[in-house]
Amino acid sequence: MASATLRHTVWILRGNPLTGIAAAGVALLVLIAILGPTIVPYDPIASNVSQALMPPSAAHLAGTDQLGRDTFSRLVVATRLDLVIAVSAVGISFVLGAVIGAFCGYAGGRLDRSVGRFVDVMMAFPLFVLAMAMVAALGNRVENIVIATAIINLPFYIRFARAEVNVRRNVGWVEAARASGESHVSVVLRFLLPNVLPAMAVQVSLNLGWAILNAAGLSFIGLGVKPPTPEWGIMVAEGARFISTGKWWLVAFPGLALMLAVLCFNLLGDGLRDILDPRMRT
Amino acid sequence: MTGPLLRIEDLHVTFSTRRGLVEAVRGVTLSLGEGEMLGLVGESGSGKSVTGFATTRLLDTAGRVTAGKILYRGRDIAKVPDSDFRVLHGAAMSMIFQNPRAALNPIRAVGLQIADAILSHKRIGKQQAAEEALKLLRAVQIRDPEKRVSAYPHELSGGMCQRVMIAIAISCNPMLLIADEPTTGLDVTTQKVVMDLLAQIAAERGMATILITHDLGLAAQYCRRIVVMEKGRLVEEAAPERLFHHPQHAYTKRLVAASPTAASRIEDLVADEERSQYLAVLAACKPRPQPPPGTPPLLEVRNLVKQYDQGAPAVSDFSMVMVAGESVGLVGESGSGKTTISRMICRLIDPSAGEILFDGQSIGHLPARDFHRSPMRKDIQIVFQDPNESLNPRFTAFDCIAHPLLRLTGMRPGEALQHRVEECARRVGLPLELLPRFPHQLSGGQKARVGIARAIACRPRLLVLDEPTAALDVSVQAVVLQLLDRLRREDDLALLFVSHDLNVVRMMCDRTIVLRDGRIVEQGESRALFDNPQTDYTRELVGAVPHINLPAGDAIEARSS
Repeated sequence: MASATLRHTVWILRGNPLTGIAAAGVALLVLIAILGPTIVPYDPIASNVSQALMPPSAAHLAGTDQLGRDTFSRLVVATRLDLVIAVSAVGISFVLGAVIGAFCGYAGGRLDRSVGRFVDVMMAFPLFVLAMAMVAALGNRVENIVIATAIINLPFYIRFARAEVNVRRNVGWVEAARASGESHVSVVLRFLLPNVLPAMAVQVSLNLGWAILNAAGLSFIGLGVKPPTPEWGIMVAEGARFISTGKWWLVAFPGLALMLAVLCFNLLGDGLRDILDPRMRT
Repeated sequence: MTGPLLRIEDLHVTFSTRRGLVEAVRGVTLSLGEGEMLGLVGESGSGKSVTGFATTRLLDTAGRVTAGKILYRGRDIAKVPDSDFRVLHGAAMSMIFQNPRAALNPIRAVGLQIADAILSHKRIGKQQAAEEALKLLRAVQIRDPEKRVSAYPHELSGGMCQRVMIAIAISCNPMLLIADEPTTGLDVTTQKVVMDLLAQIAAERGMATILITHDLGLAAQYCRRIVVMEKGRLVEEAAPERLFHHPQHAYTKRLVAASPTAASRIEDLVADEERSQYLAVLAACKPRPQPPPGTPPLLEVRNLVKQYDQGAPAVSDFSMVMVAGESVGLVGESGSGKTTISRMICRLIDPSAGEILFDGQSIGHLPARDFHRSPMRKDIQIVFQDPNESLNPRFTAFDCIAHPLLRLTGMRPGEALQHRVEECARRVGLPLELLPRFPHQLSGGQKARVGIARAIACRPRLLVLDEPTAALDVSVQAVVLQLLDRLRREDDLALLFVSHDLNVVRMMCDRTIVLRDGRIVEQGESRALFDNPQTDYTRELVGAVPHINLPAGDAIEARSS
């Protein structure tokens, strides 16, 4: 069984090498997030004014900022915070959204209609503004960024799970499960949800990239993570002031980190679906 | 007599797939005269449709003609440039497909779709094309053609959609029509109407037709010559009578035996040595013991009603009685309520009114939502229509069969469960090495076996069969029907057989109930009911079943005159 899964994974990766590259990129990000503070050459918060605004060099791979902090060290340390925000926010919205959506799609009727309208209303708001408002109202803390990001993601998962379950609710194997003694609740949780997971995996990995951008965006406009905590969004925000004077590295490197992280998650999506779906096996 | 209209010489078609090249057609040679109707019969994977697609050059991009020639009036169609072939399409040959609703554009009125086909071949005005479209709708005998011209496909029934498809196909007076399973999925009465129409149009216009079908009886009724294909090869070519009475090739013999006719019995479905094996099995079965007097019937249904929201009830006033070991057929066309009744008896949905008694105990009052906790859950099981859809894609065959055992009998994973699952698999003839496979790694027949094994795993006493063989090839159907019959005899299992296939019901069931619009039209002992139907509706149903022993159809005579 395990070897079959492995062989299948290898087969998928061979047919789509980008997935392999993306997976390696994500693995590297996770590794950096775990080891972050222990592998950096400088303290990410300690300022050293004599070294302020140095361009990239052998001593400072990505240059230094206006307070003389090593940009590379700050980038590496920031990985953990950005990933934790993205993963927990997407995790919350995925679990809640999938369960709510699956029950709506299965039950139909009044529950489905009222949740559906609520979702429509939420999606009518500009989502980023909604997140801003929530963080501003709840308080400028990391938990609140997570909550806000989770809530604005929720409608997508509800809709997705609802649609995927809805087309399967009258399929033979669902009725067969009921004839085999499953209740409605366990049919949804143990039969329908696992079958929509492969399709949702794509959504999750696309969303992780998006959630990183969202968190960075909130920090960029001054909500969420506060300086001097290293975080990609703040680094871009702080660096933006110096771009007109030619200090490009302050913006370019955190921007590049963001872009690569988002790209890796997005590329991972398709391959992940193929690996998770048993029907793709021969 | 000039040369044949169409001649296919040693055709080979290859598809490139994930597992390498697959040869779907391996050397087919056949010819078709002007105005002839040829039956191309075979089971799934025989290459019959691929041959049709190759002839009209509609093969999808993975498929390629690797050898052989297709000559249309002596002209090799492989050498016709694409631009000329567009003219050839429609004007010379056209095609109709299995699922007419899927073949029509859902957001365009049918009249316009017919006009589109005309306009792509003739330089005439839009107004004129619309008039011709109306004429064609009349030709395919659509009721109220003036109104239907502006109808959308979803507003028409399946049979009506197929008529529109035929109208489009004949719009440019083709000399050759390729009909790929034109009536599969239609009710038997609609099938007859559509096929009669097709035969009549072909005769009137002198159009040659290739009827691609899996139904030997249908081909035999409408074609004078039948070609049987197996695994990409042509195995036999003969007139229908000869094919049925003196099949030459072993495969044809099996196919003919497996196609149920009005006279066939369950043991007739397999040829020769397998037949004697089955007879031995039947002989070994003890006759059904008489239940002691006073035992309530296994199932008693009284005045069942199902009403969905507003509108006419799906089922009204349905009553029936079944005893252990009995098999009852429930027949009717789509929309007759037979599926709704089967789901209510299985307690998957709730009746709006009426009583269901199982073993004399009322089970209709316990809501379907909570029926999974009832001790009777394991006594009533169901086999679903489409084996491809009735197995959880994330469960292996083993998991599928084990699931009801785990849920309903309190068995735990372990050796006992393993044994029980293997025993079920053996009973349905499923090789044990297939148990670890996922559904998509099994063939249709194997999936059907898993579905039956799952349903009998808990040793139910009533098995509801919802069109259990509708999606299967006839040779697989034969095996599955014998299997069910054998289980009934060995376990004293009662079978409620929901089907639209009258020949199958006649063979399998002691009694038959005919339904229409949610009401019982007629019921009685199966053979008597079919041999001597009392109501017009039953007569119509029985008359619509293709019969090989009938004299050649009117349409054929009309054409030869």
